[in-house]
Amino acid sequence: MSYSQTTTQSKAGYSAGVKDYKLTYYTPDYTPKDTDILAAFRMTPQPGVPPEECAAAVAAESSTGTWTTVWTDLLTDMDRYKGRCYDIEPVPGEDNQYICYVAYPLDLFEEGSVTNLLTSLVGNVFGFKALRALRLEDLRIPVAYLKTFQGPPHGIQVERDRLNKYGRPLLGCTIKPKLGLSAKNYGRAVYEALRGGLDFTKDDENINSQPFQRWRDRFLFVADAITKAQAETGEIKGHYLNVTSATCEEMLKRAEYAKELDQPIIMHDFLTAGFTANTTLSHWCRDNGVLLHIHRAMHAVIDRQKNHGIHFRVLSKCLRMSGGDHIHTGTVVGKLEGDRAGTLGFVDLLRENYVERDPSRGVYFTQDWASMAGVMAVASGGIHVWHMPALVEIFGDDSVLQFGGGTLGHPWGNAPGATANRVALEACVQARNEGRDLTREGGDIIREACKWSPELAAACELWKEIKFEFDTVDTL
Amino acid sequence: MKTLPKERRYETMSYLPPLTDAQIERQVAYILKMGFIPAVEFNEDSNPETYYWTMWKLPLFNASSTQEVLSEVQACRSEYSNCFIRVVGFDNVKQCQVLSFIVHKPGASTYRY
Repeated sequence: MSYSQTTTQSKAGYSAGVKDYKLTYYTPDYTPKDTDILAAFRMTPQPGVPPEECAAAVAAESSTGTWTTVWTDLLTDMDRYKGRCYDIEPVPGEDNQYICYVAYPLDLFEEGSVTNLLTSLVGNVFGFKALRALRLEDLRIPVAYLKTFQGPPHGIQVERDRLNKYGRPLLGCTIKPKLGLSAKNYGRAVYEALRGGLDFTKDDENINSQPFQRWRDRFLFVADAITKAQAETGEIKGHYLNVTSATCEEMLKRAEYAKELDQPIIMHDFLTAGFTANTTLSHWCRDNGVLLHIHRAMHAVIDRQKNHGIHFRVLSKCLRMSGGDHIHTGTVVGKLEGDRAGTLGFVDLLRENYVERDPSRGVYFTQDWASMAGVMAVASGGIHVWHMPALVEIFGDDSVLQFGGGTLGHPWGNAPGATANRVALEACVQARNEGRDLTREGGDIIREACKWSPELAAACELWKEIKFEFDTVDTL
Repeated sequence: MKTLPKERRYETMSYLPPLTDAQIERQVAYILKMGFIPAVEFNEDSNPETYYWTMWKLPLFNASSTQEVLSEVQACRSEYSNCFIRVVGFDNVKQCQVLSFIVHKPGASTYRY
């Protein structure tokens, strides 16, 4: 039985030497199979290297190939294993940039391992000399491979049911200053923010277990803050307890303690800690009923440059497979980088079950998630009450809007700051449901609510002038 | 500067002034427009761990007008004015609850907003 539509000539015998990659790995007649993993690379060849040869080299170096012929190739069924470049499109407006499409057979990858997938696809090939730059823009994960992953430990719906929160985005806040608070002072900031109406507070990503605040002390004081805020407000509260640690054993130890304290949610940094650690923690969270919030420190190192690296939509897909119930996506409107259409494209890829190819939003492949649970989009970074209408419009209900400075920087403190955000949020949700246009009437909606909420009025007064308007570096 | 008073809240729409019947009707119109199934539920307490409130009759699978739903809210309110009442929405395609908002709190005049 043959697995291939194209054939390499192993019966012709072994001839040593360096062969053009394209003879083996460029197959424009190939029709990808439903079980193939497909990749779209943005490729910038070195001057003088033909795009077909360069694209074939990408396919080869990310799958079975090496720089020279080896006799042991002939002991394998290369056609069953080799990656194939099956299409190359020049990028409009660029004189030496191409999108090349590569199909990889399913057997190249270990079941349930994002680590293995990435080690192949974005391994050595990114340093390859024939390339000036290379960026992995998108992946199509076939259903056959997806089904070997557990995905998010709980997903959006289970989270809503457990928190008893429906029909609106959730509200969060990162406790600041990032570093230096004692565990007890930290817990106080958490309590004040939660009692004011936030659903979640969050450890900053740099908070792990430093000399000024050891993890166990933080967990204890935060648990106390949550219990008190929950009892007073009558709403379910949570704090993303950061369990990111130096070793997996330590990470799981901290997670176990959070569970012992009956905490609803913990947090992990998936890129700095790595996909193996993340998948381990995600499985633990499914087994132990603890929600998992994912931070993305280091992502901009990987995803910000347009011509080199990995687009965040790929990292988003990998995270959904590895597992997480929340992931930071940027805000579009705040202080951090993010193109609107592109952001909405990967937000769909995180939350929806089926996403059609749509080049205008950077979605290169139709992706069927085969009922894998969705991930909540977290918008965080430099946002305040005046951004609320735009945020509700852009991100919709299945998101967490996180106002750090926008809560703690309120002139009257955390609790009124939290109330201001919650009032603004609910006013926007109410208006949206009533059919009002948040883009056009957003300012009016906020101003109307200021009339009866002194907390919101004070926030609006403070932040009326602040905007973040710079050009986006990575556009579609 | 003001201290935020300690206030009990009741999830979505509980940080707004109590909804008038006209406002409730507009939210119900949204439920129907989205193709969700409205239902009314009530309970004596509003503890956060009390996931299930008692259903008022059955979900309104056949409701075609906002008035039908609002009438049930009013009927529930007159019979259980001592209870908390909320309107919820079910999505039978996603197979889950997608909406919930508070429409009645006993002793509503004591709330700041």
